[in-house]
Amino acid sequence: MALSADELGIILLSLKVALVSVAFSLPLAIGVAYVLARFEFPGKTLLDAVVHLPLVLPPVVVGFALLVLFGRHGPIGAWLESWFGIVFAFRWTGAALAAAIMGFPLMVRAIRLSFSAIDQRLETVARTLGGSRTWVFLSVTLPLALPGLVTGIVLSFARSLGEFGATITFVANIPGETQTLPLAIYTYTQTPSGDAQALRLSVIAVILSLVALVAAEWIARRKTTAVRRARS
Amino acid sequence: MDRAQEDNRRAPGAIMIDVDVTQMLGDFRLEVAFQADAPIVGLFGRSGAGKTSLVNMLAGIARPLHGRIVVNGETLFDSERGVDLPPERRRLGYVFQDDLLFPHLNVEANLLYGFHRAPAAARIIEPEHIIDLLGLRRLLHRLPDALSGGEKQRVAIGRALLAQPRLLLMDEPLASLDVARRDEVLRYIELLRDDLAIPIVYVSHSVAEITRLADTVVILSDGRAIAVGDVDEVMGRLDLRPQTGRYEAGAVIDTVVAGHDTEYGLTTLRFDGGELTVPNVEALVGERVRVRIRARDVALALTRPEGLSVINVLPGTLVAIADPGGPIVEVQLRVGAASLVARITKRSRVDLRLAEGQRIYALVKAVSFDRRSVGYA
Repeated sequence: MALSADELGIILLSLKVALVSVAFSLPLAIGVAYVLARFEFPGKTLLDAVVHLPLVLPPVVVGFALLVLFGRHGPIGAWLESWFGIVFAFRWTGAALAAAIMGFPLMVRAIRLSFSAIDQRLETVARTLGGSRTWVFLSVTLPLALPGLVTGIVLSFARSLGEFGATITFVANIPGETQTLPLAIYTYTQTPSGDAQALRLSVIAVILSLVALVAAEWIARRKTTAVRRARS
Repeated sequence: MDRAQEDNRRAPGAIMIDVDVTQMLGDFRLEVAFQADAPIVGLFGRSGAGKTSLVNMLAGIARPLHGRIVVNGETLFDSERGVDLPPERRRLGYVFQDDLLFPHLNVEANLLYGFHRAPAAARIIEPEHIIDLLGLRRLLHRLPDALSGGEKQRVAIGRALLAQPRLLLMDEPLASLDVARRDEVLRYIELLRDDLAIPIVYVSHSVAEITRLADTVVILSDGRAIAVGDVDEVMGRLDLRPQTGRYEAGAVIDTVVAGHDTEYGLTTLRFDGGELTVPNVEALVGERVRVRIRARDVALALTRPEGLSVINVLPGTLVAIADPGGPIVEVQLRVGAASLVARITKRSRVDLRLAEGQRIYALVKAVSFDRRSVGYA
């Protein structure tokens, strides 16, 4: 079954949206996960709840909130457009933003868990050996959290590929711009005699997700052995 | 060689520590003040006495409520002047009870972690030297998971040394090792003390380790320093028995190897108060050896006994008798400049009519010296 040009376009757009959403949310997720794992402060419960909100809210609510805030007349959207010329509404970047927000809790949870699992005395030792806070974070904390980072990236990537509700609410269903794989499948199911196309795309979605999971596993394994080999 | 001369000889490796700190840990109040000046300072006390809390404050991991920490003239902490150096700027090597090697780095990368962070001008201790000294060459490419407990602790010690510390803090470095490994690591610690002249603050609840290694000892009890002084003097004090322990009670004597008897496999050690004959010690004639004589291994006689299998008969003077109640008393003797403690029954004390100032003979069986009680001083 050769892919048509339309199908290829949909796949590439979906991958682009997922990759960009992961790339931009990762640094923030690392920061939030570290703060939640290591510090006690007033308002921690609130921050934790806000981070988890997309996980429990109906996606359509998130999409609507984004539309209100980031739309061209929304407070943030208008500001971004006038100062930086950045527009999210009805653009693929908006789809990436929606996907990033929906995948954020999954990413933070995985990374936070692996930060919590690190023996903090290792960081203390590194300090006594002359490492500054920043250097210790980069040379000890992050490498030891690697399994959690990989898990977080994969989960959030897979979530982004499957994002539907927030995306269609925020940026609509525009072929070639915001019509990702799930949106395309939905469109075909709403079209008379579109079942065959919907099935083809669904199979592609399954394959993509499987490839992402296997690749992540492979990268995680190779990284560990590469570290071992490089040092030996 | 007397104490003053020894201290002169080893002065380059000595530390001056001046501590006066207060900290609250829940209900536990830690209030420690002492000054020590020696190559190896032992911090001794039971669990919960506050040893680790104190070392953490020295290292900058824990912050005292108020007080002052000065090492070799440099102020590391002073609440009045608002000085509080972060751990990475104190340059104190910390060896923990657990090795705490970085699991994602191999032995070589672990060793060099601190070396690369040390200022170039301060890099005096060379990696090659430490690798050979601690016998790590064939382990360099292994990950910590693949090392034995003793090997891990040796790597941890090497890693701390290569960060070019001005002194080494060792908090119960042998506690998580089995007996055989302890001896192995202990030998390496003696080796680096002699080879690198690196000053050490050695924390332990083991009388054997403290007396084998330390020159000056600080005894901590309930968050206070209750005694500071020469290890042989402090460990021989009867009033500190509740801290130094009954079973382990004894005295420490610095000696010099006077000769070997190869026929019988014995070594003669000379000290200020006479000579001691012990089972073979692997040391050259003239080398300094420190021995520990447990109080329960010392018997007393009013006259020099005849026809006795005990080889070591030391004439001395009775200094003090401690009677804690119960059937056993402890007698402190002075033999030359050295101090000895004997545990005898109260009945013997009465039968012999022991009194302070009396001339007396201390009898010590040669076989009571084991490998654990003889160390290189």
